[in-house]
Order: sequence, then C-alpha cells, then structure tokens
Amino acid sequence: MTPAKHSDIAINGDCAVALAWRQIDPDVCAAYPITPQTIIVEKFAEYIANGEVKTEFVCVESEHSALTLCVTACSAGARTFTATASQGMAYMWEVLPIAASMRVPIIMAVANRAVSGPININNDHGDVMSARDTGWMSLFAENVQQAYDLSIIAPRIAEHHEVQLPCLMNLDGFILTHAIERMTPLDTHAVKKFVGEFKPLYPLLDVEHPVSHNLMDGPLFYFPHKYQTVKAMDKALEVTKQVFKEFQQISGREYNLVEEYMCDDASCIAIVLGSSFGTMKEAVDQLRREGMHVGVAMPRLYRPWPISDLAKVMKGKKSVIVMDRHLSIGSYGPMFPEVVAAALENEGEMPKMYNYIYGLGGADTMVSDFVSVYKDVKEGKAKRINYLGVRE
Amino acid sequence: MSTLSLKDLNKIPVRLASGHRLCAGCAESIIARQILMGTEKDVVVTCATGCFEVSTTIFPYTSWNVPYIHTAFGNGAAGCAGVESAYQSLRRQGKITKDIKFVTFAGDGATYDIGLQALSGAMERGHHMLYVCLNNEAYMNTGIQRSSATGMGASTTTSCAGSVCYGKKEYSKDMTKIVAMHGVPYVAQAAPHAWRDMITKAHKAFECGGPSFINALSPCPRGWRFQPEDSINISKLAVDTCVWPLYEIENGTDYTLSPESLKIAEGKVEKKPITEWIASQGRYKHLMNERWEPVVEEMQEKLDARWDYLLKLCKL
Ligand SMILES: Cc1ncc(C[n+]2csc(CCOP(=O)(O)OP(=O)(O)O)c2C)c(N)n1
Ligand code: SF4
Repeated sequence: MTPAKHSDIAINGDCAVALAWRQIDPDVCAAYPITPQTIIVEKFAEYIANGEVKTEFVCVESEHSALTLCVTACSAGARTFTATASQGMAYMWEVLPIAASMRVPIIMAVANRAVSGPININNDHGDVMSARDTGWMSLFAENVQQAYDLSIIAPRIAEHHEVQLPCLMNLDGFILTHAIERMTPLDTHAVKKFVGEFKPLYPLLDVEHPVSHNLMDGPLFYFPHKYQTVKAMDKALEVTKQVFKEFQQISGREYNLVEEYMCDDASCIAIVLGSSFGTMKEAVDQLRREGMHVGVAMPRLYRPWPISDLAKVMKGKKSVIVMDRHLSIGSYGPMFPEVVAAALENEGEMPKMYNYIYGLGGADTMVSDFVSVYKDVKEGKAKRINYLGVRE
Repeated sequence: MSTLSLKDLNKIPVRLASGHRLCAGCAESIIARQILMGTEKDVVVTCATGCFEVSTTIFPYTSWNVPYIHTAFGNGAAGCAGVESAYQSLRRQGKITKDIKFVTFAGDGATYDIGLQALSGAMERGHHMLYVCLNNEAYMNTGIQRSSATGMGASTTTSCAGSVCYGKKEYSKDMTKIVAMHGVPYVAQAAPHAWRDMITKAHKAFECGGPSFINALSPCPRGWRFQPEDSINISKLAVDTCVWPLYEIENGTDYTLSPESLKIAEGKVEKKPITEWIASQGRYKHLMNERWEPVVEEMQEKLDARWDYLLKLCKL
C-alpha cells in the first residue's frame, strides 16, 4: 500500500495529541487540567463544543476521579482517553495499578513534568517513572510527529485481546507539548480504519451477562492474577512490533522497539528516552565529524522493557552511557540498573556502564552538554553516577 | 410502585445472593436488597471499599447477579459516574438501547470522609446515578474507627472511652443536607426497618432523572455492640428517638418528613429519650454513669435542636 499524501501542518505536541484523539473519536474522555497537559483537554473541549466528536467529555473534580472514571467507563465498554502530568499522576497513583490489574486499555497522555517538591512545572521524567511498576505500558515520543503517531498506535496495542493493558503515551513537557513543529497528519478515515472498533471483553453494560469486576483476592489468587498481567505485558512486545509494521504501511513512518542512531559501528553508545534522543543525535553527528565512533539509542517503550533488543544494540560495545531524566534518590537513576540487566543477556560481554542524571526540573541540556558526556567517558573522567551540569 | 406489596416485591429477581460474608445481623445486605427492589429495570452496581464490598466479592465467588464493579475506597461516586458516562456515550451512539440504572454503595467513611470530594463532583456534574451511603457510623471494615458520621459520645477504637474521656467528642456531620445543598433532584434519609419507605425512596431516586442520594442508617451489631437479632429493633429505635429522622429533600429545598417521623412530629407517637438509644448499645454503655450525665444531657439538647431545625425545614 502506498502511504497517503497529506499536507504538513505546524502544530504543538498537545494539539497533535488532541488531533489524534479527534480522529479516533473515543467514547469517553475524562479531563482535569494540569500544566503542561492542559492544552490537550482544552483543544478537545473545542472539538466537543463544535460537535466534531461524539465523545462523552467529563470534566471531573480531580485526577483521582479522572482515572477512576476511565477505569469504570472502559470496563463498561467505552474506549477511554485521558491526560495528566506530574502531581496529577501522583494523585492518580492509587488507581494506576488497579487499572492495570483490571486490564482496561485506557490511553493516557503524559506531558512529562517534574514532581514536587520543590514545585516545578518543567520537564523531567519523575512522573512517568513513578508509574513504572504499576502494570501500565509506557511509550515515549521523540518529537511532535511521534506524539501524534503514538497516540494512534497506542490503542491498537492496548486493546489487543491478548494484551488488554492501559498505556501511557509520554511526551516531554514544554519541549514537545508547547513547541510548534512541522507534522504530517494522516487523514481521518485512515486513522479510523487503522484503530478500528473498540471490542471490549466482558463489558459491564452487557446486562444480559452480568460479571463482577475487581473482586477481593486472597493470597491464593493475588499472585496468579498479577502473573497474568506479566504475561500480557510480555505479549505486548510482540504485538507492538506488529502494530508498528502496520502503521508503517499507512504512514510510511517506521517505528522500532529500540530506535538506533549510528549504533552499528559505534564503540560507545548512549541510551536515552524522549525528546533528548533528537538532541543526542546532533551530538553524535558532531562527534562523528571529529572521528569518534559514538551512537545513541532510545527504547521506544519503557514498559514493556525491550530487553533483547536493548541487549542486541549493546552487543560488542566498549561503553554504554545511560541517561536518566529522573532520580532514584539513594541509588542509580531508574533506567540504569535496567539497562545493566539487559546487557547481562550478552553473556560475558559486559560493556563499561556509566549513568548520567540530567535535565531535572527542566534544566537545559544542549547539544554541547551531551557532547561533553561522550568526551568525559572517552577520557576516563566519568564516574559510575554523574550529575550533568549540576551546581553543587 | 404505589401499590408496593410483598407479593410484588417477591417477583423481582434476587440481585444480591445469600451466602455473602457480612456478619450475622448486618444491616448492609438488607438495605442493598431493599434499594435494588426500587427498580425493576436493569441495574449496574458499583461499590466503594468497605465491609459491604469485601464481604460480597471474595474471589472466586461473587454475590452479585447483576453487573458489579469496585475500584477503591475514596472513589465510589467517580466509579459509578464512569459507568454512567460510558452508558450515556454508547446510548447516544445507538449502541445501547436499554434503560439502565446505576447505583453505588459506600460506607460512611467512604462517603462522609475520603469520598466526599468524588461524591460532590458526581452530584454537581449531574450523572444519572443513585449513591447509597451504608451508614454504620464508623469505619467498620478496618475495625471500628471513628468517622465524621460517628455519633458524639460513641466509643470507637480511635475515639475510645476511658478514665478521662467519654468517647467521640464531636457531633456527626450532616451529610444528607450537605448533599441536598448540591441541588440534586432527590435526597433522603432511610432506615432498614422501614422497608416500604426505603423501597419507595429508592424508586423515587432511580426515577428522579438525575443524581440522587440515600443516606441509609445501617445498624452494625459488631461495631455498635448489640446482639445480631436486634438490628431491626435498633433501626426503629433510631427513628423513635429522632437520632435518625426519616425524610426526603427534593431539588435541594423541599423537605418532607416520612410517615414514621411525621407521626412523632404530629405528636401521634411519643418521641423516646436518647437514654434509650444509649442503653441499647455497647458503644454508649460507658455514658450510663453519673459522671457523664452532663454529656448525655448535652446530647439530648443537640438532638432536640437538630430535630426542631428539621421540622422548620419541613415547614412543620
Ligand atoms: C486510601 C485508603 N485508605 C484506607 C483504606 C483502608 N480501608 C479500607 S475499608 C476502610 C473503612 C471503610 O469504612 P466505611 O466506609 O465506613 O465502610 P464500612 O466498612 O464501615 O461499611 C478503610 C479505612 C483504603 N482501602 N484505602
Ligand atoms: S462489622 Fe458491622 S458493618 Fe461490617 S459486616 Fe459486620 S455488622 Fe456489617
């Protein structure tokens, strides 16, 4: 199939997400404002006001209710979207693992933002990392185009009947949410066809076949039920690959479990999430011109963690730098041990591993900062854990 | 529903099966059955965490013959609102054609305290749902801790009566009126001994065309310290003493006393003194001591004031 041609538009990340939602036209959307996500629900409210979607748009009184409402609406048989960030996600936290264990394929855009305190509205990955162990899938966008594309891709993965898991669609706060970029949208018909009808399993509103959702488990059942979620998450990797392929057919845009840039012949690579991937690619270009064999890779998803694809990209490398945009105070950055564990798959071939914590609370990270990271590693100046550019 | 007879009620299919694990004599299941008799239409049940939820849904069993969902403790109203939102959406799209009713059951802790915000939000947004507070006047599921619905003077595990303290120092929050102030179409107080009244109120609530709230007194043999067989008598005593007047509020302003309380207001039935209420339950037993006489007097005064205020609201 040849990809349909569409004229490019200039749009910010939040509006790109809202546009994708408009084209998907979900059944229910719960909205609660928090910067830098607010524009998504504001834009969607405009679509509602103009009758462009049939969605039941519910302006709840808190994020705790927003996510609760999504869980029960989705269980009832509705395709359900919401968005949040930072404190909003913290306020939802109680319901995050409940959503996953109830196997509701809710899509939640997260406009990644630092979590208080101190209070800070700018970007880092503190919010999404707090959701790490709750059973949600987690996709990361590098730019506005990807925020749009992944918003369309996410429901396909989440709603797959062997997956049935909620999914976070992460876009870096301000860096992507508010920055206007050039983007190629798909036509609405193509989006609708790609996403398809929502086919819920055991919907509550099927009153002829009453089911009870989210019962109380004793020790005999809790662990086995959790294990079912583990299996679903495993399945999600395979399904994601398949959905990426199908998306390429309608859009011409390729997505992978791990995105690589100049990794093949590199002796040193960095691993990074989100919009910094783009900045690091610039740094790599610069260093390549200086003759350094460096590369950078980005796991497209943080959950499920693409272990074997990560192992593959690290195979034979001399050193691996893990860039964490969040702290796990008292330990390494949250992604570092996970990358190390993935490297163990390449038996007996552990590269030298370095951890860089960077960009917390919106601290600027420029191409030159990332250049210095590679250089420090090469010159033996890097420690195991490094705090990029922090004033002491 | 005007000719509400036991014969007719018998025909409504059992929605909450027996064999659940509530304590013997617990009023919660009695209330739930009465509420669910208030509609012959399909109904979806949601629950907040608490005695009722844990006792009716222990995997791999469920007591529910109708669709049921629970998520957490402080979000009973939001959970019900979510199902109702899905319903509104799917109905608008023609994917569902049935007339389905939505009800949520939540304890007083889940209603007066942690879930107040979600309840207020759902009422304000106008979801078509009935919220029933199973009001046993404390956090029972976690072992009888005080809530803001607990009566003044009651001994609970976090407001203990002891050598220097007579139990809970504060009066209960008037949740029924708080919800009514949201201006929702139907709000009522009910009690399980008055079954006809409860079912009639539930029917009105289901059919009111918007959000509704029933605050149902739920005597708890375990937490209130009385014998399981006395639940219904205790329920009646709460009305006879005016500790729990039965009334309804339409559109936030129109107050009407229900038959049993009206009889007291009209002087046809004698209003019993609070000492009878106190004597009936272990949680107040310590008050029957000379030392706390002033406390009991103050309780009676407060009760009388609340009753007089209610009569004024009912234009009596
Ligand atoms: C956020 C949160 N805090 C505390 C609890 C523990 N908890 C479970 S049930 C319950 C008490 C329920 O009391 P109430 O709502 O009055 O219902 P009852 O059990 O008395 O019928 C508490 C405190 C919880 N589940 N979630
Ligand atoms: S503790 Fe009270 S409310 Fe809970 S099940 Fe027992 S009697 Fe019912």
